[in-house]
Amino acid sequence: MAKRFTRPESMKDKATHYCPGCGHGLAHRLLCEVIDEMGCRETTVAIAPVGCAVLAYDYWDFDTMEAPHGRTPAVATGVKRVLPDRLVFTYQGDGDLAAIGTAEIIHAGNRGENLSVIFVNNGVYGMTGGQMAPTTLLGQRTATSQFTRRSATEGFPLKILEMMKDLKGVSYLERTSVHSPKEVLNTKRAIAKSFKTQLDNKGFSIVEILSPCPTYWGLDPVESMKRIETEVVQEYPIGVIKDSV
Amino acid sequence: MKKKYLSTGNEACGEGAVRAGCRFYAGYPITPQNELIAYMSVRMEEKKGTFIQAESELAAINMLLGASAAGARVMTSSSSPGISLKMEGISYMAGCELPAVIVNVMRGGPGLGNISTAQGDYFQATKGGGHGDYRMVVLAPANVQEMFAFTYDAFALADRYRTPVMILSDGMLGQMMEPLEIDEDMKPAGIVKKPWAMTGAKGRDAQRVVSLFLGDGALEAHNEKLQKKYREIEVKETRCETYNTDGADVIIVAYGLVSRMARAAADRLTAEGINTGLVRPITVWPFPYEEIKRASKDALQVLTVEMSAGQMLEDVRLAVQDDSKISFYGRMGGGVPTEEEIIEKVNSEQ
Ligand code: SF4
Repeated sequence: MAKRFTRPESMKDKATHYCPGCGHGLAHRLLCEVIDEMGCRETTVAIAPVGCAVLAYDYWDFDTMEAPHGRTPAVATGVKRVLPDRLVFTYQGDGDLAAIGTAEIIHAGNRGENLSVIFVNNGVYGMTGGQMAPTTLLGQRTATSQFTRRSATEGFPLKILEMMKDLKGVSYLERTSVHSPKEVLNTKRAIAKSFKTQLDNKGFSIVEILSPCPTYWGLDPVESMKRIETEVVQEYPIGVIKDSV
Repeated sequence: MKKKYLSTGNEACGEGAVRAGCRFYAGYPITPQNELIAYMSVRMEEKKGTFIQAESELAAINMLLGASAAGARVMTSSSSPGISLKMEGISYMAGCELPAVIVNVMRGGPGLGNISTAQGDYFQATKGGGHGDYRMVVLAPANVQEMFAFTYDAFALADRYRTPVMILSDGMLGQMMEPLEIDEDMKPAGIVKKPWAMTGAKGRDAQRVVSLFLGDGALEAHNEKLQKKYREIEVKETRCETYNTDGADVIIVAYGLVSRMARAAADRLTAEGINTGLVRPITVWPFPYEEIKRASKDALQVLTVEMSAGQMLEDVRLAVQDDSKISFYGRMGGGVPTEEEIIEKVNSEQ
């Protein structure tokens, strides 16, 4: 019988530390599949974030380095300028990319750095214990918005892709999700497009993946996927936000 | 063939980097180092290297982190407030064992301070500045020629020990013009292979550049490895200049720009009958404790002169181990100790 489903070569044979139902494992697998399919495992340099995915290099079987919290796109800029023929991508959470690293992501995009950014948006700080993120929905309760996020004092969910779409240096922005098999496949297509954009020297791209954090959403894995489908996508609509590739 | 130029300290520093093979520079404007960033914007273009005017000092130092991890010789420069912002990245580079050269053209502080010259960042440069148990080699030039030569040297040191190296300069040294002699045939020195670099896992296992060590005892072991390296640097790389210290009754200790006034004061004092010598630390980390101890053994007075409230003074105290000999003269916030002031201070302690 033909084997239809195996571990990608770019993924180490190792159990992850992620919570059951977490979206990181899915996102890891998808980008590893794309790297395998593009034959890029030996020419990839990834920049892991500070956050739940800080140990991504334990699971990825290609060169991976760390970056201080939020500085990920600056670090990637340095790598890519020195090694322009490598596939360089950052993997960032919403705390890393949308809070402490806001300046770095916007300016890397504005310079049109030939990079790919995989942005995993689950609306909370997972690693530090479920605190409010800039992307947290209004009305959502977190460790640091115990009375729920209120716009009067905590502002509004920050939509980085919509903010960045008018930057001329930015080539491709798409928001996807992993809440259903269809969306998972669509996410894989978007990652492949982002990487291809870079390999074709067509510039800066971000794929934002709406992802579940069952642990700090206080939901089980199935309910978490439901929440994305019914609530999260209302605030963060899925789709191509910019494509000038 | 040697060629003579007239150069500012800042531009000499930039040229030293270029001659050392630096092909990646990222920085952010701040006075009094602007001549350097402007110079690098031209020279990196000419040498087909990378110049990036970053969105902040934080971004600049982290661009270095990436470019260094990719195997390039890299430099950034700034002045005091901007160097404070770079401390995060410097700590990470020390932890990740990444070579880089960081130039601090010091200005007055604390806070925004002013844009004149100062040496108030000695503690920051030599005692940490960023978080964690790390050290970085800190070279303190005293003239334009040394701005060139020490920057050139810094790249080989950074690569040899896989560590950030700082050039600790100041606003006056950065902006003054002096003759500069460059050997036109000069080639980059101390080029090493970087098998640890992030280049893609071709023909080898995938690898990582990290400062995170979570395993039981792993971070302690990593720190012990770093400390071992720092001890080796202390033994092999401590540099200092001694001047007329044999049999001197008075030893002046000064680094960088101030050492020039101190030398002139020592000459005049000696001519006036007070035999005075100078110890000038060239590396302020590693600090020349032994040399200062030796030079001051028979001296009656050891005067530290700085453009600060007395920061290097603490290291001189440790070296001399006899507080009855110790005296200090410092100016702050843009004040520069003059030859006369130093002479007066020595005389008042006699
Ligand atoms: S805390 Fe949330 S994001 Fe982090 S591993 Fe667990 S489920 Fe995933």
